[in-house]
Amino acid sequence: MMRFLICAGYMALLYGFIFLPVGVLALYSFQDGRFPIPPFQGFSLRWHIEVLGDSDLMAALAHSLMVAFASSAVAVTLGFLAARAVAGGRLPGARAIRAALTAPLSVSYLVIGLGLLASFNLMGQGLSLSTVAVGHIVINTPLCFAICAAAIGPAQMAAERAARDLGASELRVMWLITAPMILPALLAAFLLSVTFSWDEFIIAFLLSRFDVTLPVEIWSLLRSGLNPKTNAVGSLVFMVSAVAVLGVELTMMRRR
Amino acid sequence: MTAPIDIVDVTKRYGDAMALAGVTLGIEAGEYCVLVGPSGCGKTTLLDILGGFSDPTGGAVRIDGREMVGVPAARRPTTTVFQDYALFPHMSLLDNVAFGLRMRGLGRSRRLARAEEMLELVGLAGAGAKRPTALSGGQRQRVALARALAVEPDVLLLDEPLGALDLNLRRAMQDELKAIQRRVGATFVHVTHDQEEAMAIADRIVVMNAGRIEDQGPPERVYRRPASRFAAAFLGEMNFVPGVVQGGRAMTVFGALGPATQLPEGARVTLCARPEHLRPGAGVSLGVVRVIEAVFQGMHRKVTVLPEAAPDTPLRARLPVGLAADVGDLITLALDAEHLTLLEDT
Amino acid sequence: MRPPPSIEGRDRRRALALAAPALLWTLVFFALPFGVMAVLSLWQRTDQGLQAAWTLANYAQFLNSPAYLQAALNSLEITVVVTVLSVALAYPLAWIIAVELPPRFRRLALALAVVPFWTSYVVRSYAWSLVLAKRGVLNGWLGDLGLPLLDLANSRAATVIGFTHFFTMLLTLTIYASLVQLPPNLRRAAADLGAGPLQIFRFVVWPLALPGVMVGAFLTFALCIGDYVTPQILGGGNDLALPQLVMLQIGRRADLPMAAALSIILMAAVTLAYLCMARWMKAPAP
Repeated sequence: MMRFLICAGYMALLYGFIFLPVGVLALYSFQDGRFPIPPFQGFSLRWHIEVLGDSDLMAALAHSLMVAFASSAVAVTLGFLAARAVAGGRLPGARAIRAALTAPLSVSYLVIGLGLLASFNLMGQGLSLSTVAVGHIVINTPLCFAICAAAIGPAQMAAERAARDLGASELRVMWLITAPMILPALLAAFLLSVTFSWDEFIIAFLLSRFDVTLPVEIWSLLRSGLNPKTNAVGSLVFMVSAVAVLGVELTMMRRR
Repeated sequence: MTAPIDIVDVTKRYGDAMALAGVTLGIEAGEYCVLVGPSGCGKTTLLDILGGFSDPTGGAVRIDGREMVGVPAARRPTTTVFQDYALFPHMSLLDNVAFGLRMRGLGRSRRLARAEEMLELVGLAGAGAKRPTALSGGQRQRVALARALAVEPDVLLLDEPLGALDLNLRRAMQDELKAIQRRVGATFVHVTHDQEEAMAIADRIVVMNAGRIEDQGPPERVYRRPASRFAAAFLGEMNFVPGVVQGGRAMTVFGALGPATQLPEGARVTLCARPEHLRPGAGVSLGVVRVIEAVFQGMHRKVTVLPEAAPDTPLRARLPVGLAADVGDLITLALDAEHLTLLEDT
Repeated sequence: MRPPPSIEGRDRRRALALAAPALLWTLVFFALPFGVMAVLSLWQRTDQGLQAAWTLANYAQFLNSPAYLQAALNSLEITVVVTVLSVALAYPLAWIIAVELPPRFRRLALALAVVPFWTSYVVRSYAWSLVLAKRGVLNGWLGDLGLPLLDLANSRAATVIGFTHFFTMLLTLTIYASLVQLPPNLRRAAADLGAGPLQIFRFVVWPLALPGVMVGAFLTFALCIGDYVTPQILGGGNDLALPQLVMLQIGRRADLPMAAALSIILMAAVTLAYLCMARWMKAPAP
């Protein structure tokens, strides 16, 4: 009993800590007043409506979605192909290649973004949403590669072997056997990738110029200090991520 | 529909390890050939080389006279029934079986009709809409067989196809495999480590050990007159009695035994006798023996005896259950000389 | 002479062709920029623009400037405090979820524990600034309780709280993963042999789960020391962290070489931490 109380108490405390900022953020996005701080002056949707009517924010939202989906599609494709190569067991230097492909995971986004910024500068390449997407592909490919590589196991290899034995070309092996067999992992990789790209700030900040993504637009909103409108757009961003993650959770669950 | 296989001096090296150390084997068209041996003997490596999953380090492999080295699996006249069946879990049974035909560009209705026929052949008529996960091990094995046979391969390769089944199912499937082979007529090459399975199905049995062929031929010949000590011991229990050639016969502790031999005087030899050929009745007498172990096995009693003439050479025998033979008993045993095999020691 | 066609050779070439796009991408957009940065760190920013000076002056400047060294020290202090605090908070939670909770609630509890993990870090930091503001929610509660108010806005404490919040979630995930894979029979066996709960933890659970905890702690270290957003939003502009310094170089001063040099120093710190962890992981158990 004592043990139960301690556990329940600790859980309540930690969950409180974990949800406190998100809860406050969401609550005060409905603030009927000019400041998202106590006292709560009543329930109002005006900040949400203002967000939806803000053309800059809506443009940024569209940019974010574009970058997220495009970069994730490329990252999943690259990661899937590489995972198949490594899983085959006949890739020379597989260990080194695996290490090289996952290396970006251990490097700070700030450093990756800065490196790309410097390189684009030297090349005379202007900054745009495309350069942001390039950066997001760099950070998401290792993730997609790791998820796909974990999903391709002996069962997939055996089925591929059987398909080849029955006369399937490599393209058909990949399209008809491997991809459908690891579909949940591919979906999960894609959705996670979308979430990371959607939430990513520093690379998008460094590598964009006139068209910006949502986190960068929110960043510039922050200059105006605490504002229920920022709360509203923040809750919106959080909702999108939460839905995507829920999607991942569900696809992964179905696999079991 | 069927084709002969020629394997000529095939070697396979993995780094320093020799998986195949010079294998030469001819298999006739329409033959049921079983490769048998302990794990690591090279039988699966040989099957992989036949199937196009790896290349030999040296030597030649011809199917129907065509050189196969370097030809990938997809373009060989072979298909494989894999040990783990490797059914496509995301496809129905019908789509599984029709897959090879689809790869060959056959139209949907024709390939599905053919797949249905194949399912019928293996006794799964009407189950085509199911998924592989809904099947038992034996049923999966049948689907794998139907899938491999659907493209009418010249050569069907089976990698321990019955390994995952329990004993009763296994014995039933052996007979069925053989019957199906007769019907489709393709050359079957079947790998197993179970010598009983090998003898039950094979037209030609190939005993392998350490990357070499120890003996090959019809099962009865290989069982009765094995060409090597390993082959003799692998296919069933065997008694080995050492001897020396004297006057064209093998001289042992039990006197001159076995067939006449051309080996030179003084050559060291071993005589092999199966336990069932040691019996209480007529033959070359082994004298009085003492029973040191006796196990009742239903059909017969398996005993281990020590001959008084050669107390260092325990022999095994299968005696009729009617004969009293308990541990410690003294009985007289004789050897059926006709069934003795003489092997030169190397 | 062409070598004879071989199946293994074909498989190898195919595998290489499949890995090539990802490898190429990583090379061109990750390895190469890294090299560019290393090179750039040896250049100088002058009034005429960037000059290939091939000098260690930027690094020397870092070592000679008390302000820069202070920023590095700040980063290190914040990171160490955050790592220790987060492990201390996350371990009991991961334990409760992995061991004390009935299995059917585990997934839900874990998913709940990391939901805010998926908010954008800009939004998350902003949300904390709401909570910790002078007239924010926290001080509202403290006032209601008649306790003294805290002035946490724009302070190092705010940075630490923001970071700890995020990494507690991350570490709950990683520590849970290493705890849940311990066979429950290990604990039963230890109990069967007479170990009390504390002894079971000390001699069985702790050493077996330690590698997972260490990996999580390293991840925390690497992500925390490299983050710009949290200290910028929560810490304010006085008590700078290293990434803030990096951003200052490219923003106000447009000194890309100095920014590159500071980034290299940042990466060196992370690499050092990684090597320590790798060495510790390889070392035989005491």
